[in-house]
Amino acid sequence: MNEKPEKLIDKKGCRLDGRKADELRPIKIEVGILSNADGSAYIEHGKNKILAAAFGPREMHPKHLSLPDRMVLRCRYHMAPFSVQERKSPAPSRREIELSKVIRESLEPSVFVEYYPRTGVDVFIEVLQADGGTRCAAITAASLALADAGIPMRDLVVACAAGKVDDTVVLDLFDTEDKVGTADVPVAFMPNLNAVTLLQMDGNLAPEEFEKALNMAIEGCRKIYEMQKEALKTKYMLVKQEEEVEE
Amino acid sequence: MSSLVTRVRIKQIEQLIEKGKRLDGRGVSDYREIKIEQGLIERAEGSARVLLGKTEVLVGVKVETGTPFPDTPNEGVLTVNAELVPLASPNFEPGPPDENSIELARIVDRGIRESKVIDTEKLCIEPGKKVFIVFVDIYVLNHDGNLIDASALAAVSALMNTKMSNYEIEDGEVKIKQGYTQLPMKNHPITVTLGKINNKLIVDPWLEEEQVMDSRLSIAINDEGNICAIQKGCSGYFTQQQILEGLKMIQEKAAELRKKLDW
Repeated sequence: MNEKPEKLIDKKGCRLDGRKADELRPIKIEVGILSNADGSAYIEHGKNKILAAAFGPREMHPKHLSLPDRMVLRCRYHMAPFSVQERKSPAPSRREIELSKVIRESLEPSVFVEYYPRTGVDVFIEVLQADGGTRCAAITAASLALADAGIPMRDLVVACAAGKVDDTVVLDLFDTEDKVGTADVPVAFMPNLNAVTLLQMDGNLAPEEFEKALNMAIEGCRKIYEMQKEALKTKYMLVKQEEEVEE
Repeated sequence: MSSLVTRVRIKQIEQLIEKGKRLDGRGVSDYREIKIEQGLIERAEGSARVLLGKTEVLVGVKVETGTPFPDTPNEGVLTVNAELVPLASPNFEPGPPDENSIELARIVDRGIRESKVIDTEKLCIEPGKKVFIVFVDIYVLNHDGNLIDASALAAVSALMNTKMSNYEIEDGEVKIKQGYTQLPMKNHPITVTLGKINNKLIVDPWLEEEQVMDSRLSIAINDEGNICAIQKGCSGYFTQQQILEGLKMIQEKAAELRKKLDW
């Protein structure tokens, strides 16, 4: 077991990993890295390493779950047994089942599900390494996988958490801060529509602190949104270059 | 989960809400009538039944001994489970808990855990070896909407009603003695849920409104008026403004309920 640190923020206002209160961890995003999936994305958010893949629109299995007026979006969030300190059983835990549900509900408002009646699209998320804030990084990657699969969307969904450690409201908590901190507020957001599609919280926050954390998380989302768009463009720039070379 | 609601009905609900009214005669920020009955299951260490309009939830609390988690050797254990019993709704099926009942249990769990309802350090018998485990089992008996608030209310009521047998340790064994002590309680969170229909927020949605609503927002407020758990649900969204507006509505409602319940 790791020792519980005394203080999470030093006198200069620096956090355990050297960040300032409103600073994001380094983020790296790649789109279209799996050849069998219709769309895919890989994200490194701090030490989080997460793969997301989208399959569809395709015929639903089992068929009776399909809907006559829209496409069904399904989502599975899963953590690899080696992704955490102590081996996690590969069977879906109650936490993973809840997260699959809230991640699906955070992506659904972005998809034009009425365009493909009687079909389904599956989103699979594999957390290869977890470092706090996996659901947020997973949503950012999953939304890109859907976009990469060419599914019509209103906007990309991007997610980021804010929270409270010691007495400070901070952005983008990593593992230790998440575990020892006072509160964690994950938020998923569609910047062009000003729509919050996922909002959870656990811990203890005064209403003013919550408002501050919500604003901070949304600002974080806006920053990641730019990286998301960049990653999507980069993939299609490469596709274009390859085509030009062939010609 | 949801069954069909006719388009006429949806329109009716939406038009009424536009005028600040609802199908069951309530205003947009009115809660349904709450009835709480405690201690009706004698075999359980604690129990409570909550009626929220026609929604009915029974919670039983069992207290047993077991080993603590390695990272919290001096603390008792709290576990919350929810069963959507098939007799409660034509849409509930027998079988292992589905995502809806797991989500329900985890929302109630967070409300209780994060506001530190139970003084878990007082549930330690022998550090690292033996502690009390508090099992909170939510049993939904009739589903007429807003299971989250009803279950949270029933869970806290049942914990307030929980009595543990006195014990002494003889040769490392726990021996039950005569008499009971009250479960050590520190806080009494109140969870209030809002629904969003046609961009209007309504408090305590009932079944038909749940089937029509775009999104749901549940917030647990503790004794000090702080927020200790939030969950957004359903496949819709909230604007930043709506969340803050909703938070205000929930704070007012929670304060009103707290007064009424005398918690």
